[in-house]
Amino acid sequence: MKVGIVVFPGTNCEHDVAHALGLLGADTELVWHRETNLDGLDRIVLPGGFAHGDYLRAGAIARFSPVMGPVADAAAAGVPVLGICNGFQVLCEAGLLPGALIANRDLRFICRPVHVRVESTDSILTQAAKPGQVLRIPLNSYEGNYVPSDTTPSPTLRYCEPDGSVTDSSNPNGSTDAIAGLTAGNVAGLMPHPERAVEDFMVSTDGRVLLQSFLGT
Amino acid sequence: MSTDLHRRLGMTDEEFSQVGSILGRPPADPELAMYSVMWSEHCSYKSSRAFLKDLPTDAPWVVVGPGENAGVVDIGDGWLAAIRIESHNHPSFVEPYQGAATGVGGILRDVFTMGARPIGLWNQIRFGSLDNPHNRYLLGGVVAGIAGYGNAVGVPTLGGEVEFDDTYRGNPLVNVMCLGILQRDQLVLGTAGPPGSVAILLGASTGRDGIGGASVLASTGFDEAAATKRPSVQVGDPYEEKKLIEACLELYERDLVVGVQDLGAAGLSCAASEPAARAGAGLDLDLDAVHCRETGMTAPELLMSESQERMMAFVDPVHVDDVLSVAKRWEIDASIVGTVRQGDRLRVFHDGQVVADLPASSLSDDAPLLHRPVKRPEWIEDLWAEPTRPVEADLIDSLVELLGDPSLGDPSWIYEQFDHMLFLNTIAGPGLDGSLVRVRGTSKGLAVSTDGNGALCHLDPRRGGARLVWEAALNVAVLGAKPLAIVDNLNFGNPENPEVMWQFTETLAGLSSACTEMAVPIVGGNVSFYNETDGVDIYPTPVVGMLGLADPMPPLRGTVAPGMAILSCGPAQTPNLAGSAVQRIVQGVHGGRPTDADPDVGSASIATAIRVAHEIDGAVLHDVSKGGALVALAELLIGSRVGATLSATPYVHAFGEDPHRFLCLVPADSIEETVRIAVEEGTRVELWGATTGATELRIGQTNAASIESLAAAWRGAIADRMAGGSSG
Repeated sequence: MKVGIVVFPGTNCEHDVAHALGLLGADTELVWHRETNLDGLDRIVLPGGFAHGDYLRAGAIARFSPVMGPVADAAAAGVPVLGICNGFQVLCEAGLLPGALIANRDLRFICRPVHVRVESTDSILTQAAKPGQVLRIPLNSYEGNYVPSDTTPSPTLRYCEPDGSVTDSSNPNGSTDAIAGLTAGNVAGLMPHPERAVEDFMVSTDGRVLLQSFLGT
Repeated sequence: MSTDLHRRLGMTDEEFSQVGSILGRPPADPELAMYSVMWSEHCSYKSSRAFLKDLPTDAPWVVVGPGENAGVVDIGDGWLAAIRIESHNHPSFVEPYQGAATGVGGILRDVFTMGARPIGLWNQIRFGSLDNPHNRYLLGGVVAGIAGYGNAVGVPTLGGEVEFDDTYRGNPLVNVMCLGILQRDQLVLGTAGPPGSVAILLGASTGRDGIGGASVLASTGFDEAAATKRPSVQVGDPYEEKKLIEACLELYERDLVVGVQDLGAAGLSCAASEPAARAGAGLDLDLDAVHCRETGMTAPELLMSESQERMMAFVDPVHVDDVLSVAKRWEIDASIVGTVRQGDRLRVFHDGQVVADLPASSLSDDAPLLHRPVKRPEWIEDLWAEPTRPVEADLIDSLVELLGDPSLGDPSWIYEQFDHMLFLNTIAGPGLDGSLVRVRGTSKGLAVSTDGNGALCHLDPRRGGARLVWEAALNVAVLGAKPLAIVDNLNFGNPENPEVMWQFTETLAGLSSACTEMAVPIVGGNVSFYNETDGVDIYPTPVVGMLGLADPMPPLRGTVAPGMAILSCGPAQTPNLAGSAVQRIVQGVHGGRPTDADPDVGSASIATAIRVAHEIDGAVLHDVSKGGALVALAELLIGSRVGATLSATPYVHAFGEDPHRFLCLVPADSIEETVRIAVEEGTRVELWGATTGATELRIGQTNAASIESLAAAWRGAIADRMAGGSSG
């Protein structure tokens, strides 16, 4: 199993994702944004960070990076593609996922653990999880406020209280319908960082089930 | 040339004539520009150098001491750690977002210039009262600037400290520290290398921003015209810096450079002259080759510009093409701007003409060295004579008031805006005594604590300075780390005021004695003078950044649970509240002479804390600092929603801030073992109480408060005030 991790200038979570996937037994390879040959990759991750500085708008420039055409082709050919945080923003800008991510409701960057509830296990992101399972995973974003489009499917992950209830106060950034993660076919995106919840000293090891789902292991 | 240009550039007549005697002729404008920035207080340390030379800077594990871009220490097994601290006080007052952001950018460059990958940032920030909307604006802007730059550049912000006191209302303090790690063979110094080496300017293009930042902005006091200095504040681009970091790290990894110097204060003037001086060489610098973001820049502008995100690499000619291709791959600009020459002359070319020709070393080595007058203030005796035992107040009311004070309450409104988890190494992050990061591929952890206390140092700068060092050391010790090295950031008022120089020299004496007593070297520092507004100096505010080494890493810190013993470890209590938070905040008094540090007690506390952290499973240690023991305990209870019952506690024991004290919560069956360790190390231990399953804190027979009420006060301390809006 070979996972390609796309690195734009300004991406900063590529090594963290490689580390977390490595703990789960995956073989990873960093893919520079000018690369156009994605042959041999079984999975593709767009990790977090600030691709092209997030200038103009998060993901707005990254969607034009040379790698993105081949990423779309790979997605169309059935290769599972996962966007984490900035990667989710890039996938939305590139039209591989519907909707958009705008500035947080309180106009402040948020870095803290949040709870999310698994809404559906029919996803490359949650197939190893249990329906309704509550996960505690760090969020780390300024533009994490999801705004749906007409084609937004029902959510894969929603922000919730520790007991799983979805309330206004458990929604950290104002996302519509408390959406934290979405799936469209074999493409998924989420704002929280599962790679930051994989080892004992971290806030939890709840990120493992999402990454395992993605790896299909 | 006009006779008053040097004055407008911030130089004295005396300095101007000294330039003339170095050159043997009147300086040309570009030459004068270079001397004015390099000889500024900010760059030359002319008021402080004479005193700094006596600081203890040496230890067997010091690889690079003060004077280079960052201090470097050996942490074993072929690994080095690089640390540096810097202030960005004045820019942050004039333009809080960019001032703070470029402070982050600058400190990062200081560290990756040494060959290190930056792995963490810490910030020490101080403002006037949050009841004033302008201070809320400054805090909001500074925090957003640190977040905007630090998060985007991809280096986690792992801790820091915030304080609010009206001494900083017209002159906030923004200090930032950076830690990097590197393998020994990747160490790079700021040298130009042998004659023939090629100077390549990497990164952002040069513009007219930040001209005179070091001289005009950082080296004078403030008045109502401060806003007109806004053009001297630089503008940061974290994206450019992120690419620059990755490009430079690749250059080091492939051994393609002989030396590197970042462009910070004094821009090209510094980056051309200092490496040449260190190499004992000369340099030809071609300003026409510099890549610029605007046209028509004059030679003085090019030499003084403080445009951010630039580095100067010195390269063997055979590697020039490789360096250019690395730059191209990381999508940063690169220009060949100079050549190292035999001799000692720095020659600057512009429009094909020589516009400056001077001894490279004269810009740094010949900078004025001032012996400013020092005078002990007469008012200090009056301050010391004030009573240090305030009227007894209600324990619980005082506790709630302290927890609700923004200097002591929940800082998460601030640190949750900072990415503090990137790189997956954060074992202990912001909100704790200090931070602890693992060094992957080794058994080691690095602990960092940054500490300042202007109010304490105002009452006694010598004792205050010493106590900060001990405080920072205990903060890393409770994380299981041994103190290794410190950096200091000395924030003071106007050095032309002899009383400020007394505060400065007293502080240095305190820092020095504590460092000597614990055998921890000072490996770098920064002096920020002229922190005054309308002639009023700030409290002397030294900030200490302590690096500690845990090898091996201790077990993960325990969690606070019902049924644990609460041990208070450290010195016997004195009835002295001088300089404490309770004195200022609850009693409205600020006087008396603070208790001095005690090296024997301090060393014993540090040794005990380290051993307990390593040897007692499930132990929770917490340093006692601002607010005293009861505030420290309340923080633990609030964080875990656990109650506690304490024996009757005298007011001064609850809120006194005698140095060297820490709390130790251990499972009941570990009390004996913990006490044994303390006795072996010579530390006094007192069983203060126990945690309970109840949701209240009980003290003796008469005092009780619900944990929820304490939590509510603590949580709103900053967040509720910041919800009150701000104004620019």
